[in-house]
Amino acid sequence: MSADAPPATGSVATAPSGRLAPGRRRPTTRAERVGSVMAHHLAVYRRTWKGSVVGRFASPLFFLLSMGLGLGALVDARAGGVDGLPYLRFVVPGILAMQAMMLAFGDSTYAVMGYIKWNRMYSAMLATPLRVGEVLGGHLAVIALQLAAAIAIFVAVAAPFGAFGSWWVLLAVPAAVLTGMAFSVPVFALAARMETDSGFSILFRFVMTPLMLFSGTFFPIDQLPGWMQPLAWVTPLWHGVELCRSASEGAWPGWAGVLHVAVLLVYVGVGWVLAHRSFTRRLLS
Amino acid sequence: MTDDVLLHARGLTKTFGDFTAVDGIDVQVMRGEAFGFLGPNGAGKSSTMKMVGCVSPVTGGELRILGMDPATDGPAIRARLGVCPQQDMLDEDLSVEENLWVYGRFFGLSRREVRARTDELLDFAQLTERRHDRVEPLSGGMKRRLTIARALVNNPEVLLLDEPTTGLDPQARHVLWDRLYRLKREGVTLIITTHYMDEAEQLCDRLVVMDHGRIVAEGSPRELIDTYSTREVVELRFAVDEQERHVEAVSGVAERVEELPDRLLVYTADGDDTLAALHGRGVRPLSALVRRSTLEDVFLHLTGRSLVD
Repeated sequence: MSADAPPATGSVATAPSGRLAPGRRRPTTRAERVGSVMAHHLAVYRRTWKGSVVGRFASPLFFLLSMGLGLGALVDARAGGVDGLPYLRFVVPGILAMQAMMLAFGDSTYAVMGYIKWNRMYSAMLATPLRVGEVLGGHLAVIALQLAAAIAIFVAVAAPFGAFGSWWVLLAVPAAVLTGMAFSVPVFALAARMETDSGFSILFRFVMTPLMLFSGTFFPIDQLPGWMQPLAWVTPLWHGVELCRSASEGAWPGWAGVLHVAVLLVYVGVGWVLAHRSFTRRLLS
Repeated sequence: MTDDVLLHARGLTKTFGDFTAVDGIDVQVMRGEAFGFLGPNGAGKSSTMKMVGCVSPVTGGELRILGMDPATDGPAIRARLGVCPQQDMLDEDLSVEENLWVYGRFFGLSRREVRARTDELLDFAQLTERRHDRVEPLSGGMKRRLTIARALVNNPEVLLLDEPTTGLDPQARHVLWDRLYRLKREGVTLIITTHYMDEAEQLCDRLVVMDHGRIVAEGSPRELIDTYSTREVVELRFAVDEQERHVEAVSGVAERVEELPDRLLVYTADGDDTLAALHGRGVRPLSALVRRSTLEDVFLHLTGRSLVD
């Protein structure tokens, strides 16, 4: 706006831009609106990614070195690997899925509460033509992209160690992203219902950590006591681990694979309905 | 012309469970007006603004904004509104200009449009020098101006301002008022909530006084003062425990007297005459101040309470 705007004319045409028609433009498409939300989150990641490098890339590498190589040497020497597979090749696809889960938890807890309560950016977004589903969808889409990038980089780093048996491991990337989203979407719903962030540490300690340990990540679930195995079947992580492991070895999982994908999709779908409802209740009351 | 009625509300109601935040208000705002909702905290102003901003469903009554119904046309209405909420809602991880860029995209502005617009808006908000800085360390006044600039990114026909200067120091308030004047001059319709009577007097062509979810008076600041108050007010302060004793004597010389805990407000057409009369009756206050009536006096008269407590 120029410093010497014309004096009062009472006309909207002189409002602070001659270039835009006041408020009336061609309606945007849903894809454009979701894209605009993604553009916002990507701009934030561009500013903040350095702070999360350790969590995103170093931590899976530590797991690979300590579990895959360190513990792996012991397992291979004593037990001949797991079901004939070198321990490294058994455990790394599990770490892939687990890492996707951990990143999903990390991106879907404090960030969501922050956008609701602290900087209230979700409310700012909803004051524009955006709808709840677009605000939610754009944020989740960027989390999925983040997951894809992190997992792809981890696959590239782990491959030279001989962690994968097949090029089909590339399919482990979408499988791990789907696993991550099966956590991310329901956690969005939960985060939008919480009043304070103190619940998140409970979530990390009593949901994420047990899942990480008992979902077939580090050892096959048939090593678990019989009563615990059904627990693994209903949680998303075990399904993700199984999918990543099949991809890593290039073994067609058959109907079991279809079932794994279906279970993960159900988590995403039910999570979406719940998250949409919690967002609406919280932000548009 | 109905096209010029930007906001039309009839019997507008908002309840949260048993609590009635907005209790059947009728409001009409015309294009180009600066319209205010004046009232204390909890009067229902913000709830009204949220319904007008199409981010809170109407519980009852009729609401039309730009001729459209928020229940069915929310996104189309919001595309033509600018909203400056009570809290700034900026992304503090982003720079000043990035906050404007990303926001413009929500309205479907192209990257090119947004960049061009950003220069004008930063100039308007007097933030051009800070454009590359992160938002987090900016002062309250700067954040507020950035929020207003952001609300203007889509060149809205109506700008909603919820308590625009609450929490700002006097200097920052005046800078902000100056910016809002300028918008008003340029024909942007302003809808403002405030619990500051000076803000309402400064900015609003017309306003409603709200209390407990209802509208208790409506008019221009001048009309409201003329209708509900006298031309002048004498403020009398007495020594502790003395005030009570003088109420009767004071009441005899004025149209109306309000007793506040720390002073008496004496409503009269001519403050100096009244003071002289009081002097004649032997009333000796510690201090006496003659001033013009304000909207604060209107509110006090209408509700028996102060706006800011």
